[in-house]
Amino acid sequence: MASFGRFIRLAVGACAFLLVIAASVPCNAQQVNPTASSVKEQQLLQELNRIQGRVSIPDQRSGVLEQPAGRDWREFRNVTLRWIGGIGILGTIAVMVIFYLTRGMVRLESGRSGRTIVRFTAFERFVHWMTATCFIVLAISGLNITFGRPLLLPLVGFETFSEWSQWAKYAHNYLSFPFTIGVVLIFLMWIAGNIPNKVDVDWLKRGGGIVGHDHPPAYRFNAGQKAIYWIVVIGGGAVAVTGYLLMFPFYLSGIEGMQLAQIVHSIVSVLFIAAMMAHIYIGTIGMEGAFDAMGTGEVDLNWAKEHHSLWVEQEQAKGHTPSGSTPRPIAAE
Amino acid sequence: MARMKFLCDADRCIECNACVTACKNEHEVPWGINRRRVVTINDGKPGERSVTMACMHCTDAPCAAVCPVNCFYTTADGVVLHSKDLCIGCGYCFYACPFGAPQYPKVGNFGSRGKMDKCTFCAGGPEADGSKEEYEKYGANRLAEGKLPLCAEMCSTKSLLAGDGEIIAQIYKERVMKRGYGSGAWGWKTAYRETIES
Repeated sequence: MASFGRFIRLAVGACAFLLVIAASVPCNAQQVNPTASSVKEQQLLQELNRIQGRVSIPDQRSGVLEQPAGRDWREFRNVTLRWIGGIGILGTIAVMVIFYLTRGMVRLESGRSGRTIVRFTAFERFVHWMTATCFIVLAISGLNITFGRPLLLPLVGFETFSEWSQWAKYAHNYLSFPFTIGVVLIFLMWIAGNIPNKVDVDWLKRGGGIVGHDHPPAYRFNAGQKAIYWIVVIGGGAVAVTGYLLMFPFYLSGIEGMQLAQIVHSIVSVLFIAAMMAHIYIGTIGMEGAFDAMGTGEVDLNWAKEHHSLWVEQEQAKGHTPSGSTPRPIAAE
Repeated sequence: MARMKFLCDADRCIECNACVTACKNEHEVPWGINRRRVVTINDGKPGERSVTMACMHCTDAPCAAVCPVNCFYTTADGVVLHSKDLCIGCGYCFYACPFGAPQYPKVGNFGSRGKMDKCTFCAGGPEADGSKEEYEKYGANRLAEGKLPLCAEMCSTKSLLAGDGEIIAQIYKERVMKRGYGSGAWGWKTAYRETIES
């Protein structure tokens, strides 16, 4: 009987053991992770800093699932750019004010002669003013995007600011076309006079004669004007290209391309604005007689001799005589 | 107050796109705009995974931070909404958004950008709750009716969860405990700077 009892105990024990095994087998199967080999979010982000896949909707560009790079762009747009723009533009204004107060207007040493010489033709002046007008509107509407929210919005309120910004955006978009045409025309019509040469080295060594009463010789464009020319051509080209990338999203670049385009567009723009303020200063209150070049197109002969001595010699060699007390050059030709 | 969040349990998403369809239908979203989409990574290869994504209604939302006209606002429930009356369609929120949520109807200059449109967590916009104007601009305001976003409500595998962050995180944790695995809450680290231990 004792052996039978042992057998029963063994049998019961075995059955119980089998039950435990049987019960545990499907249980273990449930614990298997069917997606264990699948991609992991953090791993993908570490590898590429973006997660991309396939979408079944027609909008294929929505296949970018995550792009945390937008965070860096946010930092640039809200902090870095405001510092660059603020220092660049306010710094230029400060330098101009200090310069004006210490040096004052650069006067004509020998006064006005009353005789003038043609500096810019009507077409040249038209291109200049078309580009300049567009530039000012583009600059104000662009600065509004970067600085409007902290500076202007609290003053005028949400509705007014949005209405103004909407129109500013339209202006920014549409005026980009005449501006781009202007930059191309400026590039073509003034390239001949803007190739750097040896005279520029001497001009730069003497600081353009802007401090003191020096007048280093220069051809039609001095080194400072050549610098402005290349800033307009290269800077204008850069803002035009990056601007169109932003204006026509996804035609040529994806989201990361547009972030980069905005960074280039905005940095070049604020530096461009700073440079153009200096250009406006020297062309107006900074120098006596300079505005006539783009105003009437004819500058005083003494101004030309003081600032562009070599150019005057060239013009006179070509037979372009000054006008004023004598008949106009057209009649003289 | 609740802090509304989305959570996609990627181990359960079967890429049926019902959430996408439900959203489009509920809000009569214009042609060409998808407030929600399903992205399949490694499609057809080993390790394939599908995740549904819309606006995550981020904490410290990047879109709101970069908007030049400050047209975004966060509701008491933590839902990030915007005013289409103030939006100028500049595209900046789209550059900053980590999830590609903002989209623009092709009606603006040169057909590039009209007023931005994005997921509202079925919470409408600044207009009066349930008004005709609100529906036309932003779609249905289900939250005001005491309902949760339709995409999550009708998810066939209950992969997509929407609701108070703490509650959906708890549901997800229980799932992970029970089945023994989980791939984490996709996008949470980027959107909310937190993860769910799994």
